[in-house]
Amino acid sequence: MKSVRISLVFVLILALAFVSTSKADNHQSLTIVWAEWDPANYLQELSKDFTAETGIAVDVIQIPWPNFQDKVFTAFVGKSDLYDIVIGDSQWLGRNSQGKNYINLTDWINENIDVASIYGPAMTAFAEYPKGSGTYWALPAEVDAAGYVYRKDLFEDPNEMKAFQEKYGYALAPPKTYDQLRDIAEFFTRPDKDLYGIATWYSKEYDGITMGFQQVMWSFGGAYGDADTHKVAGHINTEDSVKALEFYTDLLQFSPPDAPNYYWAETLGAYNAGKVAMAMNYFAFFPGVLNPESNEISHDKSGFFIAPAGPKGHYISIGGQGMSISSYSKNKDLAKQYMKWFMQKPVQEKWAALGGFTPHKEVLQSDIFKTATPFNEAFAASFPYLRDFWAVPEYAELLEVCQTNWSEAISKIKSAKEALDAIARKHEEIFEDAGYYDE
Amino acid sequence: MLTNHPHQTSRGMSDYQLKMAFIMPTMVLLILMNIFPLLWSLYLSFHRYKASMPAAPRFIGVRNYSRLLADPEIWGYFQTTAYFVVLAVAAQFFIGFGLALLLNRDFRYKGFVTTLLLLPMMLSPVVVGLFWRFILSSDNAGLLNFFLSPFLNSPIGWTTHPKVAMLAVVIVDTWMWSPFMMLIALAGLSAVPKFLYEAADVDRASAWFKFRWITLPLVSPLLLIALLFRTMDAFKMFDIVYVLTREGGPGTATETVSMNLYKLAFRNYNTGKACAMAYILLIIIVALSNIYVKYLNRVKGEEAQET
Repeated sequence: MKSVRISLVFVLILALAFVSTSKADNHQSLTIVWAEWDPANYLQELSKDFTAETGIAVDVIQIPWPNFQDKVFTAFVGKSDLYDIVIGDSQWLGRNSQGKNYINLTDWINENIDVASIYGPAMTAFAEYPKGSGTYWALPAEVDAAGYVYRKDLFEDPNEMKAFQEKYGYALAPPKTYDQLRDIAEFFTRPDKDLYGIATWYSKEYDGITMGFQQVMWSFGGAYGDADTHKVAGHINTEDSVKALEFYTDLLQFSPPDAPNYYWAETLGAYNAGKVAMAMNYFAFFPGVLNPESNEISHDKSGFFIAPAGPKGHYISIGGQGMSISSYSKNKDLAKQYMKWFMQKPVQEKWAALGGFTPHKEVLQSDIFKTATPFNEAFAASFPYLRDFWAVPEYAELLEVCQTNWSEAISKIKSAKEALDAIARKHEEIFEDAGYYDE
Repeated sequence: MLTNHPHQTSRGMSDYQLKMAFIMPTMVLLILMNIFPLLWSLYLSFHRYKASMPAAPRFIGVRNYSRLLADPEIWGYFQTTAYFVVLAVAAQFFIGFGLALLLNRDFRYKGFVTTLLLLPMMLSPVVVGLFWRFILSSDNAGLLNFFLSPFLNSPIGWTTHPKVAMLAVVIVDTWMWSPFMMLIALAGLSAVPKFLYEAADVDRASAWFKFRWITLPLVSPLLLIALLFRTMDAFKMFDIVYVLTREGGPGTATETVSMNLYKLAFRNYNTGKACAMAYILLIIIVALSNIYVKYLNRVKGEEAQET
């Protein structure tokens, strides 16, 4: 009797598996993989229109940020057809184009997409590799930038304004330079009231401290290296870079005690908990600031400003991702159909209305976009200043070296100079191993 | 019909063939899952190869090994790992053995208390890391800092201060694995014949004498095995560091060899170099294990001589 029951259960499982397989076969579907954040939810919502138009189901798989790269790259190594479209970081372009994980979209884009309608720097950052080659591996999906949120109630408080004016000799307002940012951070640091000046990225996780610090380094006059020769020494370990790293380390004293662990979630959490007067984050995370459920304290008292300028320039870390087709996908044509649909102006308008940061030039510059959220104007203003990390195939190794050494510098394990010298040495080792210096 | 041949089965298989038929599936599995990857990784360790790139492995001799062994940062990771192993295993040994001594007597709810004490080692290290992350948060919101706040001027940077972070990792690992040490020690203690203690009592031996000359010698072989397991496991410390101190931070304060190996292999996909690093790690663990095993054999030999 027992064996009959077991057999029945077995047959039932087989039948269910067969039914579900048949059902899946009857409908065309696309799988998009992205990180777990609000824009992925917007894309899932937007894709309902595509499904309504074409009957092709779209599933946006979301992977938590800390595991995002590891999971996608592991799937690539296994040549898995799990994902059709990959919405990956701009730095991934080099590795995944040279690693043949992304298909070359150059001809298809030139024939099917109005490249002129896409914001130029976004196309370069998210789609083109090598830069300037006109070879495309992606289309920009979400264009993002690092920006700041601040407590308007504190900044506009007459008593605070007066005290600030008396102490620093100029009016309290969103900072335009890093010196002003430091002054304001210092001014609002009141540990006895559990209030601190600033929350920014210092985390060793993934690209945390690198994305936070690199824009300071560029704005102080530092650079990663020569993009043509790939020489690093003399570019990254200059006096300017040392000053920038010392400045960034110095800011830590105006941050909450847990700040060395801060990345997106933690800076957002600190701001929403009312612990800091200013917080840096990618603009795409700012809907969480305006949501009364996640931010009871200052959801209606928050303002936004673009990352400040430094003594030798004004640069901002680029965020966002491009949309590529996996070489191992069995639905490449469907994926192209989806991407073509996605880049249409009406779809981009809806994408922007949902909260997505559109790469579409006209939509991006429209008043409708700029006034859609309180932070869109600051986001649009950040565009001319965007810069990216190395996008070469070896970017992960280069990034790892930066993460480790900058984390050591802010923890005072190494001096700023020692950390930058170590990065220069290690980066050149990586480039040498990869054959960049071969004649 | 059964054949008369003593080594032949009804289907004509000899004893040897039958033996092989039973062993082969395991052997094939072992070769495919263990031996082949071991040899393949050894082969790759002498090549420049990235699993994420289409280029075939390029032979570079011992360059991966020489680069690794000449890199002061790699030695730094080994030092960090050794520091962790010594601190954590020592703490687990004393706490685990102490708990076992306390539990080695009859009292009410002994079974329940023992089960409660064993719970930490049954949890997933990632879960342990996550909830200890909240307990050891470096601001006043951290549970431990909250309780300590009346006695401190400023919160302790459990996971943010380079000199304290390793202590945090040791605390968490000790919390999790002392029960393992306790369990093994308890098994050893319960196997000590009671008549030895009774004889010592007749001779009016002190508690220390009984512990030093009866308990310790009889339990030490099992304790050594527990130490061996914990040392090997601690040397591979990865998960708690990954979660609690966010990939071995701050800086490289808690970056263990395994953490660095993970980054080398699965973030940078520097497969050749990662294989070389894995072999260096393997050699060290095998050497350490051999020291323990030799010592264990010596202890057993002494024991045999005494009996």
